[in-house]
Amino acid sequence: MSEQTVSRQAGASRATSATPTRPGRAGRRPGTVVKWVLVAALLLFLLVFPLYFDEFWLRTGFAVFGAAIGAIGLNLLVGTTGQLSLAHAFFLAVGAVSYTYISGESGGLGTRAALQGLGLPPIVGMVVGVLLAGLAGLVFSPIAARLRGIYLGVASLGLVFIGVHVINTWTPVTGGFNGRAAPEFSLFGFTFGNSDPQLWVLGVPFREAERLWYLGLVLALAAYVFARNLLRSRPGRALQTLRDSEVAASVMGVNVQAYKARVFLVSSMYAGLSGVLYALSIGSIAPESFTLVVSIQYLAMIVLGGLGSVGGAALGALFVTALPLLFQQYADVLPLVSAPGQGGISAGFAARFLYGAAIILIVLFEPAGLAGIAQRLTSRFRRGRAPARGGVSTPPPEQPGSAPTPSDRPAQGSETR
Amino acid sequence: MTQFLSLLLNGLSLGAIYALIALGFVIIFKASEVVSFTHGSLLLLGAYSIARLSEPLGFLLAVLVGLVFTALAAFLIERFIINRLRGAPVISLAIVTIGVDIILLTELIRRIGPDILNVPHPWGGESVRIGGIGITQNRLIAMVVAGVLIALFFVAFKYSSWGVAMRASAEDGETAALMGIRQGRVSALAWVVAGVLAGVAALFLVGSPTPGVSSAVYATALRAFPAAILGGLDSTGGALVGGLLIGVAESLAAGYQENLLFLGRGFGEVVPYVVMIAVLLVRPSGLFGTKELTRV
Repeated sequence: MSEQTVSRQAGASRATSATPTRPGRAGRRPGTVVKWVLVAALLLFLLVFPLYFDEFWLRTGFAVFGAAIGAIGLNLLVGTTGQLSLAHAFFLAVGAVSYTYISGESGGLGTRAALQGLGLPPIVGMVVGVLLAGLAGLVFSPIAARLRGIYLGVASLGLVFIGVHVINTWTPVTGGFNGRAAPEFSLFGFTFGNSDPQLWVLGVPFREAERLWYLGLVLALAAYVFARNLLRSRPGRALQTLRDSEVAASVMGVNVQAYKARVFLVSSMYAGLSGVLYALSIGSIAPESFTLVVSIQYLAMIVLGGLGSVGGAALGALFVTALPLLFQQYADVLPLVSAPGQGGISAGFAARFLYGAAIILIVLFEPAGLAGIAQRLTSRFRRGRAPARGGVSTPPPEQPGSAPTPSDRPAQGSETR
Repeated sequence: MTQFLSLLLNGLSLGAIYALIALGFVIIFKASEVVSFTHGSLLLLGAYSIARLSEPLGFLLAVLVGLVFTALAAFLIERFIINRLRGAPVISLAIVTIGVDIILLTELIRRIGPDILNVPHPWGGESVRIGGIGITQNRLIAMVVAGVLIALFFVAFKYSSWGVAMRASAEDGETAALMGIRQGRVSALAWVVAGVLAGVAALFLVGSPTPGVSSAVYATALRAFPAAILGGLDSTGGALVGGLLIGVAESLAAGYQENLLFLGRGFGEVVPYVVMIAVLLVRPSGLFGTKELTRV
């Protein structure tokens, strides 16, 4: 039982650490200012990033933004609500395939069967892709609502295999085994491609990579803010109660089935958007992009980041997505890692070893993940800076979810299992 | 009719192999409340060791060493990881086994590469005909061995002191511990037994009609998960029934593929999951699993 409080405390302490920022409550303390300065610096860094870094970094960044959206969505489901799902790759696929089908053009490619496509504007494809993914989640949720814990985990595994089979088979829509190219994104006539219109900002040419970077940044930020607000609101509290005890949640007046269905809807919509961004980042879709490995990668992201933590999910996405790409880029510099076919360990394998080991270590030693480590560091920093923090440790009464937090330093106590 | 019977027999033999894997899965779940996602890679480890060692050691010795390897790997996972996490939530435990699986599988796939390793079964790839129904010798032997092993297991589970200890721990771990049953030992032994069962399953899974050890064996092993789930995760009998059911369903779907073309080629490989989801819709705890009594 007590181990469940680990992530709950992590979630609750985020709420408490955020309270001082509200006007009229505990005033502005030095820690808050530091925090806002850091946030502003990070945002500024992300904004000017394309001006200073080359295409490889921008492409990696875009992949990370996409993955972060998916990870945040999965975290709502697994971390916050406690519904183990391995079906994330399936929902990603729904989003990616819908986007390619709706915005792609019809036409034959070589000797293969003619591809179909609706040729609608990409923004329509994106929105409908997200909605369809959400719909898929909603359709699956009655099954999910009946299954508890681990049964759900394995049942959702089934969806992934069925999804890959469908992609392989439904050639006119998905391109079949060989996949098909994803249409370039554009918004009201502004294409996210290399030209049309030509664009320079401060003497830096803004080509596809730069434009996609900003698209990803905006979407990822929106996804992040939405999830954080959701978690702090009434439904968020309900979901956390649901994870800790369905019976208790039901007694408190939470409609368990309805909330499970909704969290599936939201989570798979996130996955759908992430799938669309994935298609844009790779430039094509293929069955092997949506296998069980992908589901497991997303699970790895949220476990590494810290179950239930939105920022953690983004961190985890950065770690799991960027690692193989970095290894690939710097294969000749790093020890042990080598380019494919030269003995040694190839980049993809090395990354998988690393995050496999990281998962085990995190579960064994730091169940709150990277978010937990960050939490501990900041609270240590604060303790040194501002010893008086009377108003912080008492959570406001309208936040029942944070009740079990005796102090705002949960990471230490949470190690006991 | 002959085709049907033949598919049925082949399905049963495949199902017997699935049942072995699923049984290990269920034993682990009963003993340590862990859903072991490492089972697929454990099986691949067994298959890989047997294939690599049968050259220098000879077939029989290679099989023995392969079984020892899988059992040892399972034992080490239990000792060094699962045992330290006693009482952790089921999801954390499942996730940690996924972590182990990633590492083990990555290493095995890296070693196997794109090759297909041959396992020199002494019974070769010939098939026998029984009243017009063809089945490979490998599958026939698999069915017999699996039958014997499963029967042995059920006898041991019912009468041996290990079986009694394990059933007691599964029923109520705390009380069992108070009665002097060492939970750690029960759990470790369960993992070892599951490892051996996976090793035996591997031996037959890579024989004819399967071409040999490749990374695709992992996907096949994964299909034992639906078998365990649809039988009911905490029911050993359910694992047997689930395994056979999945095996037959897969074999029939593959055999009648021509009539099912609207579902696409290779539908047989997906059938286990479809069957699982269908069963779970009707019975959320599987066919023989313990029903959860809370209603919310």
